[in-house]
This record gives sequence, structure tokens and C-alpha cells, in this order.
Amino acid sequence: MSSSLELAHLALGYDTPHGFKSIVHGLNLSLEQGQIGCLLGESGCGKTTVLRAIAGFEPLRQGRIALKGRVLAGPGVDLPPEQRQVGIMFQDYALFPHLNVERNVGFGLRRMPAAERRDRVALMLERVGLAHTAGQYPHELSGGQQQRVALARALAPAPDLLLLDEPFSNLDLHTRESLAFEVRDILKQNGATAIVVTHNQAEAFAIADRIGVMRQGRILQWDTPYQVHHHPADDFVADFVRQHEVLRDRRSEALRRAG
Amino acid sequence: MSIPASLPALASRPAAPSRHRILNAIWLPLAVLAAATVLAPLLSLAWSALQGSPGLWLHLAEHVLPRALSNTLALLLGVGIIVILLGTGAAWLVTAYDFPGRRILGWALLLPLAVPTYIIAFSYLDILHPLGPVPSALRWLLGIDSPRGLRLPDVRSLGGCILVLGFVLYPYVYLTTRVMFQSQAASLLEAARTLGAGRTEVFWRVALPLARPAIAIGASLALLEALNDIGASEFLGVQTLTVSVYTTWITRSDLPGAAQIALSMLALVLALILVERQGRKRQRYSLTQRPRPLQPLRLRGGRALLALILGWIPVVVGFLAPAAYLVEATAKRLHLVGGVSAQLLASLQNTVVLALTATLVTVLAGLVVAWAVRSARHRRQARLGAACARAASLGYAVPGTVLAIGLLTPLAVVDDVIGHVLSALFDIPPQLWLMGSMSALVLVYLLRFLAITVGGIEAGLARIPVSLDFAARSLGENSAGMLRRIHLPLLRPALAGAALLVFVDAMKELPATLLLRPMNFDTLATWLYAEAARGTYEEGAVAALAIVLAGLLPVVLLARAGQPTSARSSP
Repeated sequence: MSSSLELAHLALGYDTPHGFKSIVHGLNLSLEQGQIGCLLGESGCGKTTVLRAIAGFEPLRQGRIALKGRVLAGPGVDLPPEQRQVGIMFQDYALFPHLNVERNVGFGLRRMPAAERRDRVALMLERVGLAHTAGQYPHELSGGQQQRVALARALAPAPDLLLLDEPFSNLDLHTRESLAFEVRDILKQNGATAIVVTHNQAEAFAIADRIGVMRQGRILQWDTPYQVHHHPADDFVADFVRQHEVLRDRRSEALRRAG
Repeated sequence: MSIPASLPALASRPAAPSRHRILNAIWLPLAVLAAATVLAPLLSLAWSALQGSPGLWLHLAEHVLPRALSNTLALLLGVGIIVILLGTGAAWLVTAYDFPGRRILGWALLLPLAVPTYIIAFSYLDILHPLGPVPSALRWLLGIDSPRGLRLPDVRSLGGCILVLGFVLYPYVYLTTRVMFQSQAASLLEAARTLGAGRTEVFWRVALPLARPAIAIGASLALLEALNDIGASEFLGVQTLTVSVYTTWITRSDLPGAAQIALSMLALVLALILVERQGRKRQRYSLTQRPRPLQPLRLRGGRALLALILGWIPVVVGFLAPAAYLVEATAKRLHLVGGVSAQLLASLQNTVVLALTATLVTVLAGLVVAWAVRSARHRRQARLGAACARAASLGYAVPGTVLAIGLLTPLAVVDDVIGHVLSALFDIPPQLWLMGSMSALVLVYLLRFLAITVGGIEAGLARIPVSLDFAARSLGENSAGMLRRIHLPLLRPALAGAALLVFVDAMKELPATLLLRPMNFDTLATWLYAEAARGTYEEGAVAALAIVLAGLLPVVLLARAGQPTSARSSP
């Protein structure tokens, strides 16, 4: 398999009246075709900024972003978002409130002949299990349904890369983990290459083929879930990825004592 | 499911990158152009003012400016006091007390907004004329026969002008202050009550200090309107700066002189804007987390009646009396003549065509400016766009007379260039392409009212989450397509609201129209002005009534928008 997404020496930040504020520096990452990568870190570590830079909503200070051998951004290059073939699914789903589900999913397919577009939209809705909602409007759907519409919409134009920004944070705890597996299945079924951003360790391990633990604008380790878990690069990574297990252990311990 | 894992490249590949680039990059330059167009008359004003000879300036400084300036300052001071007293008092009355008909009074207090300053002056000149309805009624009541037997103070004076302007401009203060009283202060006011302060004490010690920023904002808006006024002060014989600019240019054709007076008006405008900005800055800090309406005190019997009477006085003086007069005068005129003159119909048509064109142009320009800010991809572009939006919104504060004087030179230059090009290319005899047509008026309306559409559309855009933009862009849509498919449909109410406001304001506009209209071209407002200036009062009332009726539309909208809050405030 060839590498599909390449981030090299990425630096991001913005100018303030008091000088340059750096958010991300010297970030390297590569992902193979059809793989799901995950940026895991606490809020403010720069993971969402990386996502926005890949999508084209954040200017690069340094470095290069390439997708399928095509340079999206780098010295002298800055493709606008609509020319990058990068789909994105937002934390708040960003469904267009004035369009029904069918037209939301078909939004990115406007250069396709009408009949073909209809088939494609129907197929996408079927894959996320929402064929029956085609005529409904976003506000008539549950949170989980809205999320799956957003996923179908982002996947419909078959982007070279799909970005998912905290995809499960707006859902309640019970549906989170099962949806993480479901989303992984849908992505795999579409052969999509994807990057997921999350602060939740359980989600990261449920969905990803590669995990990058981020802290203060750097990736500390970019590796398979197994490696990250069993051979953490340093103490921070070790502490961070085991937090949820610690919490789980403590909770069961507390329950045992109470019982 | 047996779908091939990697789908073939779909038809959503971008079409022509060059077209994309143009549609994405066109907005910011257009916004810069709009901002430059607003700034041009102000710069040209400074340039014109420098053209005058020192002797001219001495003449102005000695004979014209002192009187006009002191008149204007006295007018602003007087109007300021009246709008603050009426506006704040009315706002406190309808929020702190409950009495029969309070809800109706709450929106009726907005009605004077429908009456332009020159129309209320025009109406009261006739209502208070020695032979008019009010003095006649008073004489009948007092049993006096001769008009000479009863002398009322003349409305044609500085005091009369202050009163008349105060009673139509107080709603600005009423609106801003009522919102303040209704929501933000509630918990604080109730805290003060539990600490043992009575209702009156609460007003003086808590509500009024809290409302100071709101009062400052409302009063500075009202005073900008007073500074802009030309009709009322002219009809009532008060030589203000605005009137001086007008006469210096129209009767003496002295452009540098008019520009110099106009510049001194800009200094006043600047001071008022600073007061308004300061108010807004301070208001931000006083926002409490959850606005909760104040529980009004129920008044009964005599006290309820007193509240009712006090509350309706501004409505009667500022709207009902002049409106009744206009209806009556119009009915009499129609009955006498059996119709209106062809000239009046022509000026009605002019007004509507002009106002519609100006609305279309101003909404489009506002959309471009607001969109340049919204669709900027990077911070630097967004900052430039925001600076353009601020510059483009300056026109709202600049009096129409000042804008018009500032536009004279740029318009003449452009007319000259167009004339030369056309006569060289097509052998067309030179003529005034802009100043001889409605274009100059459309332009000055655009400059003056652009703030309304930029502000309205920006507020509408703020309610659309930015993630929708990102989603649309990442789904392959360019800036223009995104505007068409996402934002325009969602912006429809904001666009309609802004368009209505501009249409009505353009219909009412007098000061700039007087200066820039082509020969023998009348709008309803200039028709009314001409009649009042001649003292002929024939069809002026018909024109005035048409303007007031149009002006009622946004007031109804405003009252409706205010309804949910006032509905919540009474259990």
C-alpha cells in the first residue's frame, strides 16, 4: 500500500498584536490508503487546528500537506477547500437546516447527472441505515441520526480523505462506543481514508488503525493502537492512553466496596 | 453489500479552477470599492474646504458660523434633554408599572418613528397657526373672539423646534432603554427591592445608572437625526449648520464655504459617534447571564389613569395629532379638488422608482461587504473585510447635506470623464450623466443607508453557524455557489428586513435629495418641502400622509419583534 496522506514539518499558528502565536510545530504524519488515523489529545493541543489545515481552513506557516501525490498546501501552493477532495464531518454535524436529508446528502454531487445522483444518495442513505428519512429535515432527526446523515453527506462525493472532528462528542455515553464501531464499519465499507480527532481514548481505540497522541502542538507517538498501548513512547503517552482504564478500574473498585 | 471499495472519481471534480478563483476572490476587492466610495465624499469635502480663500473663511467665521453653531448646539442640547426625559420616562413607565392598555401603549410609543422631522414641523406649523385647530379651540374654550386676544408662544422659534424634534425623536431612547429595563436589570432591580429600596428609589439608584449606556446610545442616534434635519429647522426659522450648508451652496453657489461648514458638522458627528461607541462598550459589561423580565407593579384607579394619560402624551403629540391633521387635510383636499395633481402623481412615481432602485443597490452592496467578511479564508482577509464593513457603515452618521456636498466634486469629475469618453467615441454631446439623472441620488442613498444593510445582513449571517460554510466548501462548493445555495435561502428574513428599512428611509430622505436632484425632478419629500417653503400648503399634506403611511411599515415590524419580550414580561 502506498502512503496516501502526508503531512511534513507542519507549522500552524497566527499573528497577534503581541507577536506570533504558535499552535502546531514540526508535525509529521503519514497515512496509507484506506486507513483510519486518529489524533488523540486534550483540548487545546492543536489537533483540531491540524484538521482545519488539511481541509484548507487554516493557512500553513511552514511545511507541506500532500494527498494521493497531489500537494494541497505548501510553499507557493494553497488550494481552496472546494478543490481539495477532502470531506469533513463536524462536531455539530453542520447539516443545512433548509434542505431535507436527501438534498443534504446530495449537496456535493451537483455536477452529477440527476439520475446518477439520486442513486448515489439512496445508496449512501442505505449504508448508514437511514433510507426512510430521505424526505425529513435535520431538526426532525435524533442526534445519532443527524450524525449518520452528516457522515453520508461527507462520504457521498467519495473524497480522497475524510476528516471527522470529535464525531461522537454530541451523543450520549451509551450510544458512543457502539456508534464508533458502526462508523468504522461504514468507513471501511467505503474504502475511505480518514482522520478522526478526539479527546476520548476509548473512541480512539475503537475506531483507529493508527493513533497519534498529541500534546502542545506535537505528535508524541504515531503508531498502531497495539504499540501505543503496550509500548508507549513516554510517560505522558502511557498515562494518557491508560486514563480511561484507570477510571474504569476505580469505578469497579468503588462499586465493589459499595456492594 | 457488493460495492467496489474505491469508487471511480466522481463528477464532483472542480470545473474550471480559474472561474473558481474569480468567484472566490471577487468579494474583497468589491468591499474595498464600497468602502472607498463611502470615504470619497468625506475626503473630497476636506479638499473643497481648502480651496476657499482666507477672506472667505473669515467671512464665514465672523457672520455665519457663530450663529449657526450656537443654534445647532442649543438645538442638540434641548432635543437631547427632551428625548432623554421622554424616552427614559416612557420606558420605565411601561416596564415597571402595569395598568390597563399597557401593552398597546408599549408599541404605540414607537409610532412617532414613522414621522420624519420635516413632516411634524410642517404639521404643527398649521395646527398651531393662529387660525389653526388648536388656537381656535382654545379661544372657543376661553370665550375669546379675536385671534389677537390669545397669543400662544410661536412654534417658529428655537424652543418650538426643540419641542417638535424631541417629540418625534424620543423613540430612539425609548427603544434602547426599554430593552435594558426589561431584561438585563431585572434581577438587580429585584435585589435592590429586597434590600429595602422602594420603586422610585430603585429607579434613581439602580435602574437609571444601569441604563446610562443605553440612554447614551439612543440619545446619540436621536441627535444624529436632529443634526441631519433640514426641513424642520428651515420651516421653523432656525438657522442651523445644516441650513447654512444648504443656503451657502444653493443661493451663493459657494462650494468651499459649504464644505467648510460641513466639515464643522462632521466634528459634531464624530463627537456623537464617540458617545455612542462608548455606550456600546459599557453596555457589553452589564449583560447578565440570563435576562429575566421585571415584575411590574399593578396600578389601579386614579393612579392607573394618570399613568395612562402621561404615557399617551408623547404618542398624541408625536404621532396622533399630526397624523390626524394630515388625514383631515388630505380628505379636505381630495373632497375639494376631487383628486391629486399630475405633478404629485409624478413625484410619487419618482419616489417609488428611486427608493426601489436604491434599495436594490444598497442590499446588493451590503451583501457584498458582509459576504467579503464572512467568506474570507484567512484572518488577514477577514480583518481587511471587517475594516471595509466599518468604513462602509460610516455614511449612516454623516448628515445627508454633508454627504451631498462632499459628492459634488467626485460626481463632477466622473461626469466629465464619462462625457469626454462618450463624445470622443460615439459623438454624443456632453451632458451630466450622473448629476443630471437619478444616478446621483441612488448613489447618495447607497452611501447613507449602506450601514443598514451591512448591519442587518451581518446580524443575519451571525445566526448561521460557520461550520455550515466549512461543510459546503469541503463538499466542493465555491464562495459564490455557497452564498446562493446556503446563505441566501437562510438570510431571506434578514434581507427583507434590511430592504424594508432602506426603502422607507429612501422614501423619506430630504436633505441630500434637495441638493442632488436633477432639474424639475421632485420626490414626495421635496414636493412637500417646496410647498412648505412657498407657504402654499396645497398638496403637501397628501405627500406627507403617503410618507407617514410608508413609515408605519417598519414600525409595525419593530413592534412585532418587540412583542415576545413584552408578552413575557406580563404573566
